Amino acid sequence: MDKIRTDVLEMLSIVPDGASLAVGGFGLTGAPIMLCDALCELDKRDLHIVANNAGIDPTGVGRLAQEGRLRKFTGSFPSNKNFFSLFHEGRVELELVPQGTLAERMRAAGAGIPAFYTPTGAGTDLATGNYPARYDSDGNVVQWLEPKDVRVFNGRPCVLETALACDFALVKAHRADRLGNLAFRLGSRNFNVPAAMAGAVTFVEAQNIVEVGAIEPDAVHLPGVFVQHVIQSTGGWVGNPNPPGASW
Amino acid sequence: MSVDERIGWSRDGLAQRAADDVPDGAYVNLGIGIPMMIPSRLPEGREVWFHTENGILGLGGVPEPDQIDLDVQNAGKEYATMVEGASTFDSSLSFAIVRGGHLDIAVLGGMQVTPSGDLANWTAPGRTPGVGGAMDLVTGAKQVWVVLDHTDRAGKAKLMRRCTLPLTGARCVTRIYSTLGVFEPAGAHFDCLELAPGVDEQTVRGLTDAEVVFAGGGR
Repeated sequence: MDKIRTDVLEMLSIVPDGASLAVGGFGLTGAPIMLCDALCELDKRDLHIVANNAGIDPTGVGRLAQEGRLRKFTGSFPSNKNFFSLFHEGRVELELVPQGTLAERMRAAGAGIPAFYTPTGAGTDLATGNYPARYDSDGNVVQWLEPKDVRVFNGRPCVLETALACDFALVKAHRADRLGNLAFRLGSRNFNVPAAMAGAVTFVEAQNIVEVGAIEPDAVHLPGVFVQHVIQSTGGWVGNPNPPGASW
Repeated sequence: MSVDERIGWSRDGLAQRAADDVPDGAYVNLGIGIPMMIPSRLPEGREVWFHTENGILGLGGVPEPDQIDLDVQNAGKEYATMVEGASTFDSSLSFAIVRGGHLDIAVLGGMQVTPSGDLANWTAPGRTPGVGGAMDLVTGAKQVWVVLDHTDRAGKAKLMRRCTLPLTGARCVTRIYSTLGVFEPAGAHFDCLELAPGVDEQTVRGLTDAEVVFAGGGR
């Protein structure tokens, strides 16, 4: 079994226009920037991106948004100004989701759980559907969020949330082996694990590709069964190359 | 009427006042803004564990330039540090910590808060919506503290009878640290537990859009 690939454009060419993609990262920490860049190079369009942030710079998901490649964004913090303009111009749909619900919906997709109840958001506009999902080009709301079913557990209202299965996932790992076993570094694990679980096919850009066995069994954060394709990241690591506390 | 900037606590003083009340041994999540100023103002000898929703328990203060590490940031995407004994995990586990009731306190910013403990802090007209983890935090944390200016930039009250902005959560706030004092939602009114230095009851009454009951019994 060898999941290592060498040509990022060839690897990602199987992603069709219109695909849904779960993308790891929180801000730029753990964001698979090289993979997002490759989707731009391949001129992929009409994408549904599921990620926490819509990018904080024209980088990663932010670049995909800026180049108008999104038909829909599902996430908790689309604070990117460019994305917000696109949303209000009616050029992209927004499904705004509380962050913990987002992570759990992604995890559930990979865990075989079609839906679950959570108290988060109950009674708010995000649960009652009183928040815009799409505008027209004149800035009128033409679609609202779907109202969520409510059920009371232990006296507490909870909302029904569905799994967020995606066609693909884009993930950034610190270490990967040819079997797709992954290890992340410090705070970069974040949405990479739920994203890999949500994607039917998961692409990984790895900072370091290591021999099988180099990641101790107890140190594998995501087993290779969730991963289909691994490629060496050329994005570099933007942080301090020798931070205190980095054990490897 | 708008708040004179010299009235009450400064941002720094407000962060310090909230930090003074964080108990030893607490697990605490900090929202973006003034709450993030709390760790560096904790009184000496107090061991507090700061959780950040992007997957770190044991967040420290601001790094020195040579300590900056892209993989260690707080929820505001600012560079941070970790203390010895810190742990890291994915977003799903991070929100199991939040939603599962394992945090003692969430300290959040706020746009509007009511005497019944309703909080609005995730969106306002013309603002990019940033719900982030706020709805999960107000649902799961044992206590929810709100740290805020007593009025908005236009001088309008933020402590008000009813939120006019979309709610983050209903009946969730347990404590309010405003630039004018320390308050608790008490159902139909706010209890004022303490006034900031130089602030009188009349000023608070004039800048609060709800009844305030003062610790000394004044109304």
